[in-house]
Amino acid sequence: MDITLQDIRKTFGRVIACDRVTLAVPGGTIQGLLGENGAGKSTLMKILSGFLRPDSGEIRLDGTPVIFRHPADAVRTGVGMLHQDPLDYPTLTVLENFMSGRPERFFPSRSAATRRLRELAGTFGFAIDPRACLDTLTVGERQQLEILRLLSLDVRVLILDEPTTGISAAQKAQLFETLRRLAVEGRTVLFVSHKLEEVESLCHRVAVLRSGALAGAQVPPYTTAELVALMFGRPIVFPQREPAAPGRPVLELRALSAMDDRLRLAPLDFDLRAGEVVGLAGLTGSGQRLLLRTCAGLVRPVAGTVRVNGRDLTGQVYPSCRRHGVVFVPTARLEEGLIGDMNLSEHLLLVQPPRRLFIDRPRALEAAEERIRDFAIRGSPDSLMRELSGGNQQRALLSLLAPPLALILIEEPTRGLDLESAAAVWTRLRAHCRAGAAILFLSSDLDEIRAHSDRIVVFFCGRSSPPLDPSRTDREELGRLIGGKGWDREAAG
Amino acid sequence: MDWPTILLTGLAGVLATAGPLVVAAIGEAISERAGVVNLSLNGTLILSAMAGFAAAVATGSLAAGFLCGAAVGAAAALLVAFAGITLRQSQVAVGFVLALTLRDLAYFLGAPVMGAAGPRLDILPVPLLERLPVVGPMLFRQDVMTYASFLLIAAAWVWIYRTRPGLTLRGLGEQPAAAFVRGADVIRLRYLYTVAGGALVGLAGPMYSLSVKAGWKGTISGLDGLGWIALALTIFGGWHPLRIAAGAYLFAFLQWLGVVLQPFLPGIPSQVLQVAPFPFMILTLVLVNVGQAEWTSRLLALLPEGGRRRLAGLLRLLRASPPAALGQTFKRE
Ligand SMILES: Nc1ncnc2c1ncn2[C@@H]1O[C@H](COP(=O)(O)OP(=O)(O)OP(=O)(O)O)[C@@H](O)[C@H]1O
Ligand SMILES: [Mg+2]
Repeated sequence: MDITLQDIRKTFGRVIACDRVTLAVPGGTIQGLLGENGAGKSTLMKILSGFLRPDSGEIRLDGTPVIFRHPADAVRTGVGMLHQDPLDYPTLTVLENFMSGRPERFFPSRSAATRRLRELAGTFGFAIDPRACLDTLTVGERQQLEILRLLSLDVRVLILDEPTTGISAAQKAQLFETLRRLAVEGRTVLFVSHKLEEVESLCHRVAVLRSGALAGAQVPPYTTAELVALMFGRPIVFPQREPAAPGRPVLELRALSAMDDRLRLAPLDFDLRAGEVVGLAGLTGSGQRLLLRTCAGLVRPVAGTVRVNGRDLTGQVYPSCRRHGVVFVPTARLEEGLIGDMNLSEHLLLVQPPRRLFIDRPRALEAAEERIRDFAIRGSPDSLMRELSGGNQQRALLSLLAPPLALILIEEPTRGLDLESAAAVWTRLRAHCRAGAAILFLSSDLDEIRAHSDRIVVFFCGRSSPPLDPSRTDREELGRLIGGKGWDREAAG
Repeated sequence: MDWPTILLTGLAGVLATAGPLVVAAIGEAISERAGVVNLSLNGTLILSAMAGFAAAVATGSLAAGFLCGAAVGAAAALLVAFAGITLRQSQVAVGFVLALTLRDLAYFLGAPVMGAAGPRLDILPVPLLERLPVVGPMLFRQDVMTYASFLLIAAAWVWIYRTRPGLTLRGLGEQPAAAFVRGADVIRLRYLYTVAGGALVGLAGPMYSLSVKAGWKGTISGLDGLGWIALALTIFGGWHPLRIAAGAYLFAFLQWLGVVLQPFLPGIPSQVLQVAPFPFMILTLVLVNVGQAEWTSRLLALLPEGGRRRLAGLLRLLRASPPAALGQTFKRE
């Protein structure tokens, strides 16, 4: 299906999210959409999928103007969208999420839907248990489920707003294979991502948005430098990994074991030293997340001990861990990290130690202004968190971490961030390291793990590998370990 | 009478007195599932009891009485929906004010029919089935509205958990934006379910004034407070029809027990027995939600893996949390 977006404009109050964007995508193409955080990519895609209504402009499908009053209109016409932040029902089961919105009968058949889901998941190599409750899934798995649901609706235009933020390299390869197949079938794919390599390897053409307007377009062969210039209009400094000069142990784990609804962590012994960055790799749900949450005091270990700076924090809850310099930065920013309806200066007031009863507003505003400058947040002290773009939310979240910090536990530090924000985040984290903090992070992006870790621990089904040296472990070997191969040798060695 | 007969008639009475509570609490659950909290229950119940009774007296028709009650309930719910969804006012505040206002309105408007002789639903035994041992006299010698309350439990369960619109209903109160992208017209459905739920609450009123506590006696009708109990049952019941029904029957049973045991327990003041059901309900709630506790998961950790997962799954099933978007307005930007 050919898509034409003509002079699309959308404003939110004073913010111009899309400024007369015109974009034509012929059927059977994979169109990449690049742009820094807040450039207006999601807004444009939400307009195309009927979720938002444009202030002005026109959408034409195969040359016919269409007006979507409702996302369901768009789906019926064949346009489906995977939203950047999953729009699903966390308290319902995977199957129920899959069934809802599908043209089921009045009494839907669970077994038929299960079969359909299993079949689809099989073709894409996604392992999702239909009976599991959705809130036990990771964000990445929820995105996978949503993609499967959209494909089962047989959409002819598939919009994917950052679909690769939570899936492994192997799953990504499978997803790309599918997308290519869909394009060959004549379907149109719109692919929003911040990862240039992905866009370059997958997309037939790329458009770049900047501050709501179309900044340019490219067809292969792509030149990365030009794309970056189109996206940011300025050069980007990438943080260099400084060889850690590890100090005293900050985090000591002894025979630590924990468990959740899905898995039990095999006893783990591990030391993390000041100034060190350790990356946890593995398929989502292999135990990395559980380990981070156990160290943060959010999950109570079933055995073993956690010591931070020599102090036994086993079984302590997060607030008391926090008092000892442990901070936890979750993936689900708006659900666990920030309060959507509060602004930055209020967040700063919340995390500050409660010293006084009354709020000093001018000072809070000043502090917020300072963070906004330091962290290059696009927003004002009184913009609500949910109105910030993803990258700016992540920067805001990091700006709340106040030294002295002993241990930073962080899930997917750069999920959904553009290159520049990602660089900024790691520059910040490095600065904390230099000040003596240790960082334990998990990421589904193997390149991020390899680029920033001093040591890497791979997880598989709750088991963990001994720490690996990234300079002496290549991508393929890591990939094999993540996929569960070669574990017996590892365990012996 | 021999004691089994006493027991059976007593239990049949428990099922009948719990009927209006079941209907009102399920009505409220439906509206809360859609994301709208209708706090006016107590006022709605009293006003619809009065209006239903007055309509039945005036027309001589019981059906007119029930219809009138349902209409009153639907109208009150419409008011909450309009204020909450369209005007974006606090549903809690509006509902609470209505709860007080409608009650007083009922006492004021009901003065002319106070103490009037009115019709009353007859017991309508189901042929054949009433002869069944034990269940016959308990389940099948009731009035038509009590049968309706039985059916409602099943129908609501089937609707919520087994149908396509029911799935949307569950999503509506959970994450309206997700329901929206899946094709639901969030505003219209919320209106619909709130009004439907309100109509059920409105039916509960005449179930009292035309059957369980027949007649209208103004402030001493003994209806004040029952709406709050229905509201509590909705929450205790985890917004689940079967659990709500179990809660309502348990509540009515404990109250009946209080009355029956009174003569045998002279040492205990009668007030104690009257309020005893409440702490008991809270205790049940705690037991039901035990799966969420930290120490439960540590105890479970001692079990072998397979058993642990099964038990954890079971406890998960038991636990209930309110619809996540309850009372929030939905705006598409
Ligand atoms: N609901 C909203 N209310 C107010 N402002 C909004 C809203 N949604 C988006 N914006 C603003 O519109 C602009 C474009 O946002 P959009 O989410 O489209 O960016 P994006 O390109 O998808 O960024 P990211 O890469 O971070 O996802 C931003 O400045 C954002 O703050
Ligand atoms: Mg976006």
